[in-house]
Formats: sequence, C-alpha cells, structure tokens
Amino acid sequence: MQQAFKLEVVDLACERGDLRLFSGLSFELAAGELMQVQGENGSGKTTLLRTLCGFVQPVEGKVLWSGQDIAEWDDTYHEQMCYLGHLNAIKDELSAIENLQMSAGLAGFSVSEQDAIAVLRRMGLRRKEHLPVRVLSQGQRRRVALSRLLVGDSKLWILDEPLTALDVGAVALMQELIGEHLSNGGMVIFTTHQPLQVAGVQTRQLALS
Amino acid sequence: MNKLSLFGLLGLVIRRDLLLAMRRRADVLTTLVFFVMVVSLFPLGVGPEPDMLRKMAAGVLWVAALLASMLSLPRMFSADYLDGTLEQMMLAPQSLTMMVLGKIIAHWMLSGLPLVLIAPVLGLQFDMSSQALWVLMFALLLGTPVLSMIGAIGAALTLGLRGGGVLVSLLVLPLCIPVLIFGAGAVEAVNSGMDAISNLSLLGAFLLFALVFTPFVAAQALKISME
Repeated sequence: MQQAFKLEVVDLACERGDLRLFSGLSFELAAGELMQVQGENGSGKTTLLRTLCGFVQPVEGKVLWSGQDIAEWDDTYHEQMCYLGHLNAIKDELSAIENLQMSAGLAGFSVSEQDAIAVLRRMGLRRKEHLPVRVLSQGQRRRVALSRLLVGDSKLWILDEPLTALDVGAVALMQELIGEHLSNGGMVIFTTHQPLQVAGVQTRQLALS
Repeated sequence: MNKLSLFGLLGLVIRRDLLLAMRRRADVLTTLVFFVMVVSLFPLGVGPEPDMLRKMAAGVLWVAALLASMLSLPRMFSADYLDGTLEQMMLAPQSLTMMVLGKIIAHWMLSGLPLVLIAPVLGLQFDMSSQALWVLMFALLLGTPVLSMIGAIGAALTLGLRGGGVLVSLLVLPLCIPVLIFGAGAVEAVNSGMDAISNLSLLGAFLLFALVFTPFVAAQALKISME
C-alpha cells in the first residue's frame, strides 16, 4: 500500500488547566521531513506532542493524518505512529530483550529473540541483552526504550526529548537512525534542547511561545 | 513480523503480568498473608465455641476475602501508569478493553485464586462441614473475579490521585456488597439444610454481567485518567 502520508495541524489551540498554551498553530509534515519543536519550559511542547498522539483533546482546531481527523481514525493511525515520551515505558524486573518483546507485543507485533538481540546490539547494548533493566544506567535504559522505534514499521515518530541521558555516541547513533527513517519515507517530530543535525536533511523549526 | 490475534494479546498481557509478579513476589504474598491472618485471628478473639464459629465462618471468610482483594487493587494499574507503559498500551493499535481484561484476569490469578485455594484450610478452623467447605470454595471461585473486575473500574478512575487507595475502597466496597451477601448466603443456606443453588446462580450471573461490561468501562475510565 503506497500512500502519501501527511500530518497536518490546523489552527490548533491547547490548554493545560486554565492556561492557554498556544493557539492558531498550523503546520504540515510530509514524508521525509524532520521537525523540531522549540520553546521554553512550560511552553506546551509536550502537550503538543501528546495532542498529536490523541491523549489530549485540543480546545480548538484539529490534527489530520492523511487528510482525516485522528479522532476519526480507527487503529490504523496508531499502527503508523510511534510515541516515545519522557517515561521510558520499560520494566525494571524484565531484561532488555523481554522489555522489547513485550512492548512490541502490546503494539501488536511479535518479535523473535534474534531480531530483538540484533536491534539491541545496534543500539549499543551488546552483552546487556539478558540483564534485568534494573541494573542498567539511565542512558542505557533510554537506549532500550529507543530500540522500540526499530521494531515495527511506523511512519511517524513522535519523540519527546529523545536525547535525555544519552552520551555523545548514542546521540550520533540517533541522528543516523533518524536519517535512515527519513530516507525510507518516514517523518519525525521531536523536542530537544540539544542540537540535533541529520546529514542531508533540513530540520524544520517550530517555535512555541 | 506477524500481527497478534485478540486472544494472543490477552495471553500476552496475562503472561506479562504474571512474569512481573513472579519477579516481585512480596506483593503477591501480602494479600494472601493478610487473608490468612485476619481469618485466623477470629477464632482466637471470639473464643473456641464451635457453634458460634460455625455460624460466623462464612461471613468472616468473605469479609476477609473482600478486604484482601481491596488491598491489592491500587496496584493493578499504578506501576504501568508510573513507568509509562499504560501510555503505550493506549496508543497500541489494539483493543484496550482486551488488555484491561488481561490485566484483570492476571490480577485475579494473583490475588483471588490463592484465596480460593487456601479458604478450605482456614474454614477447618471454624469447624465447617465438608459440604459447606465445597460450597464456600465454589462461591469464592465465582465471587472473587467479580471483586477484581469491579475493583478495576475503581482503580482506573483513581489512577494518579493522591490517597487513591482509600478512595478506591470507598468507591468499590458498596458495589461489592451484593457479592458478599450472596457469597456468604450460599454457605449459610447449606448450613441450614437448604440448597445453595440460588445464591450460586446469582453469583454466576454477577460474574457474567461483570465479564461483559467491566473491562470496557475500566478501559474508558483509564482513558479519562490519562488526559
């Protein structure tokens, strides 16, 4: 199924409590595009990303995926997106492999142990695959969480501060992975306070104020 | 990569929760130890008079089971909520209702089923007849899943609230009273020489009714809590 995927945000306004965070926000994101959401602490970056996921209902405006409001989409929209929030969504008691298999399972896929090991090695977790995540460092946990992006074939990555706790090598790896994802026709929207440059791709900036 | 069926998903969620519980056994034992302690304290407290013990056995066991199941309710969703797994569950292109059902079944297997299995042993302390013990076990088998299911709604609604544990009990206990009445009633009926079938049928009806509606309602409550 080759279809032009596109994320459109039309005249979006969001509130948190009684506080109006932003209003009249419109943008489009097409296949192969990378967008960085910028803004001060509390300017609504996370709220915007959570609205794109459908957790938060916008006060005004709407979010369209391939021309249809995400609230009207069936599960197809969620099949085509992958969200990584502040929380890693991994279990301390399980090993990295089990975590990856479980989160893939909850997303509707089964991943073989070989595939899981291959993905974790790619993320720089060689020989840590069978350890309980409890004994890993914060950065390594983040890598386990990020490895979820590599299983499954979601088109839209929504990443909230993906680079938190990552070292220089892992940041370079993320840039490489995002570059690959974009060249495969994927799209990425993310927030970060660190510079993130992907070779050959113009990073679009969206400033919230 | 192949897609999971609904029952594959159900199995996965149950397996996952049981695996997590096995790696964190203290939580599971708390419920059971509480149940055993409460029930065992009664004969010590009210004195060893067989007639009185026999009369109050069903009520004590049922009230203890009800309180023990309340004890484990706040844990049903909170760990997944705190580490972000619940967010991912809601985003999954899968039936959230089915996942909630999986979590309820796993919760019952960890907090309800052990009570059902140990209840006859505790019942012996109250000098219950063997027929009454069988009926008690069967009534608990029908009733404890209902407690987990109704409790799931309360746990989902109070997710992320401070003092949620107390609030869950306030919300859920009144709704559980029918289960308590008919569950204890079944054993009473046998003791007074009547048939327990009407009480057990009503418990069975509660179970079917809860099975159909509560996972869906709990899933909706989770969606509200996540906003």
